[in-house]
Amino acid sequence: METFWFIVVALVLAVYIVLDGFDFGTGIIYLFVARTEEERRLTLNAIGPVWNGNEVWLITAGGLLFFAFPKAYASGFSGFYLALILVLWLLMLRGLAIELRNHLDHPLWRPIWDVTFSISSLLLAVVFGATIGNLVRGVPLNAEGYFITPFWTTFLPGPEPGILDLYTVSTGILGATVLGIHGAYYIAMKTEGDLHQRAHRFAKVGGWVLIPIILLNLFFLKNVQPILSANYSAYPIGYTIPLAAAVALGLMLYFCQKGRDQAAFLASCIFILAGIGITAWGYYPNLLISTTDQSYNLTIYNSAASAYGLQVGLIWFGIGFPLALAYTIFVYRSFWGKVTPASLHESH
Amino acid sequence: MEAALLYDRLQFAFTITFHYLFPQLTMGLALLIVYFKTRAFWTGDSHFNDAARFWIKIFTLSFAFGVVTGIPMEFQFGTNWAKFSELTGGVIGQTLAMEGLLAFFLESSFLGVLLFGEKKLGQRVHWLASVMLFLGSWLSGYFIMATNAWMQHPVAYRIAEDGSFHLTSLWGLLTNSWLLWQYAHNMTAAAATGSFVMAGVGAFYLLSNQHTEYAKTFLRTGVTVAALASLLLLYPTGHGNAKQVFEHQPITGAAFEGLFKTERGAGLVLIGQPNMDTLTIDNPLTIPWGLSLLVYDELWAEVKGLDAFPRDQWPDNIPLLYYAYHIMAGLGTIFLGIMIPAWLLLWRGKLFKTQLVLWAILLITPFPYIATTAGWMTAELGRQPWLVYGLLRTSEGISPLVHSGNVLFTLIGFVGMYFLLGILFLFLFSETVNHGPASRQTPTDRPVEKLPS
Ligand code: HDD
Ligand code: HEM
Ligand code: HEM
Repeated sequence: METFWFIVVALVLAVYIVLDGFDFGTGIIYLFVARTEEERRLTLNAIGPVWNGNEVWLITAGGLLFFAFPKAYASGFSGFYLALILVLWLLMLRGLAIELRNHLDHPLWRPIWDVTFSISSLLLAVVFGATIGNLVRGVPLNAEGYFITPFWTTFLPGPEPGILDLYTVSTGILGATVLGIHGAYYIAMKTEGDLHQRAHRFAKVGGWVLIPIILLNLFFLKNVQPILSANYSAYPIGYTIPLAAAVALGLMLYFCQKGRDQAAFLASCIFILAGIGITAWGYYPNLLISTTDQSYNLTIYNSAASAYGLQVGLIWFGIGFPLALAYTIFVYRSFWGKVTPASLHESH
Repeated sequence: MEAALLYDRLQFAFTITFHYLFPQLTMGLALLIVYFKTRAFWTGDSHFNDAARFWIKIFTLSFAFGVVTGIPMEFQFGTNWAKFSELTGGVIGQTLAMEGLLAFFLESSFLGVLLFGEKKLGQRVHWLASVMLFLGSWLSGYFIMATNAWMQHPVAYRIAEDGSFHLTSLWGLLTNSWLLWQYAHNMTAAAATGSFVMAGVGAFYLLSNQHTEYAKTFLRTGVTVAALASLLLLYPTGHGNAKQVFEHQPITGAAFEGLFKTERGAGLVLIGQPNMDTLTIDNPLTIPWGLSLLVYDELWAEVKGLDAFPRDQWPDNIPLLYYAYHIMAGLGTIFLGIMIPAWLLLWRGKLFKTQLVLWAILLITPFPYIATTAGWMTAELGRQPWLVYGLLRTSEGISPLVHSGNVLFTLIGFVGMYFLLGILFLFLFSETVNHGPASRQTPTDRPVEKLPS
């Protein structure tokens, strides 16, 4: 039962990163690729109907973690106190920027929100990358299972790390690069003309930048958290996930060269899913790894809610999850295809 | 720890109060938008479609602010109330996760359709989207109220050896007896906010002689729903809520009524200032036997006062609690005093010419917000000193390692940010109202706009 909910939480989080990831990516490339007012509106309309639904995957992931593993939720959220509140503020700014920009037609109003949108998206992508880095590296849990980390200490991973150290900064940069490219594919796929060309070019260049960053991360990873490889040694079948990631990465670059944006976007989705999968496979059954003492680790067993609670959750999950998927698919299908200048006049 | 507790509480109270300003409008408007869309759909009358489109604009604005201020709420359980989350997550994690999966997806998906899909997907789907949005927002209200009702009146739980709460029946949690009255009362209050705002905008247009056709539609719908909601707020839902407070939290009831001493035939205090030194009400204006009658339906029934309970179980801010409750109930009475006559005039066909009443409808617009906020302060201050009533003290719920300096920093950040958000909302709201409905079809239908301001 605990394992089931571990998979569910990881899956919902992974879907979140894939979906909201292209919104962040769109924000990252926004100022570079969308130059005219019409291009900016087109770009925002490409994510307009879906971004809020995408964000709900994050809220739901948080809710599910709270429900299934309250101890880990409590410890993790309070331990990253300041960082999380900053994430909240950034999410708020991003949401306002997307929603409020078109409420007023004034030359001073729109640029403010354009810049806000772009910067908050970039920072969020970095932070999410760094968060995964923090989870992998571990946090200084105490015997009660709580911790608190400052933003930085010595910038080196050790027993008393800060949120930002060499390793987590590198995962942060990785996050921003991956999502930037992801968003570029999405915009390339959804648009035509100059906008499409620029997004496409962005994705192409980004692809080559990505490879050295990945290699750097792999190099760090081996030194930072050795216990992640245990599951892979025990169950070598797990190696198929990194393999899938590598194949997806290859396909992504290949399709991008060929100019097949839709296929490249799909490959990028799989690449991100597999990336989360790699971490989750190595992490199981831990939810938070301690840098002080491995026996303090929070696992799915010592932080789970009661057996009855986990079981009865299946009822609403069985109803709610298919529905959530159905709405998501319905909305994406309704707004399938490219956004065109003509479509601008149909929306509000 | 004292300072951290104070800041944690202030931050939660501040952010939730601010958050709830927006959902109360969206939940209320969702109902009224469904009504407009349905009328437009069945009669094919584009007037109602334009009216719906205008209110969807206001709805969207409020929704956007509701979403951005809602996300911090979800996260604060973990960041500021870690001990509370750890211990109660096994119970209220259920309702919070259900809210995400069953309600928020519904809302956010169909809002996209409502906003971007009218031309692309046709009127039938557009109507359906408005219904789904209504369902989603009222469902999310239900789950969040279920969470709060459990904190007020814990049911269907058992306490494990480590002190954590374990759920014993999901059905029991969702049908908590406390929840039924609370949900009914709170949703009626949301309908009040929505309809007061609609009637207020109608009165504004009519008094300033713009968009008069829409103004009349807004007033008709707004005033009718507002009168009905005001009635229902008082009876049975407000009355029902008060009765169950006296049944399950008698200390809370005694505190918000200002009843310091146990009495037979207790009076109902209308006005007066609680004096915490002498433990009496100064300058009281009282209805004799009123309280006994209201709570127990009997003139001479005994009502327990605060003196019947140990002092460490008293709510810790009795004067504020008392005022919050009296502001809510007092405003409820004033609402009736305005909306019932307004509805009678409407029925007799005289409302649109009665300037005085139109002014009253315009000026009362912000007050449902105040009544609702006061109502929540009643509920939440009344629950003190407990986080989970009778079981977990508020002081035991905060995050153990987050120190007060951190919380003060984020509290200041929230206050600053929300101050700006508030200004932004009011500004955009008035822009939208000034722009008016149906500006797309008939741009010349707005003579007043040309006047110098
Ligand atoms: C337009 C807003 C509004 C108005 C006019 C009223 N209420 Fe109310 N009241 C609320 C809006 C509200 C609320 C904000 O919606 C609350 C907070 C918690 C809840 O469920 O509803 C609430 C709570 C609340 C509580 C507290 C329940 C608790 O402690 O958990 C009581 C006893 C009442 N109400 C009673 C009344 C009475 C006797 C009213 C007579 C006129 C009244 N309310 C008018
Ligand atoms: C429905 C879901 C809600 C939940 C789960 C909830 C939960 C909480 C929690 C955890 C606290 C902090 C601990 C405390 O001081 O008691 C709190 C305090 C408070 N909440 Fe709520 N709340 C809810 C709704 C609301 C709403 C809608 C409002 C106001 C509009 C509100 C107003 C307050 C206030 C004023 C306090 C401060 C009480 C004090 O510090 O003494 N709450 N609530
Ligand atoms: C009386 C209490 C509350 C009610 C009735 C309520 C209702 C709603 C509604 C209807 C929405 C949809 C957005 C909107 O209409 O503006 C919303 C948004 C939200 N609320 Fe609340 N809320 C309450 C308190 C809380 C609390 C205590 C939490 C914390 C768990 C919370 C978390 C959220 C979140 C995360 C969103 C954003 C959802 C999205 O992205 O679609 N709310 N709330």
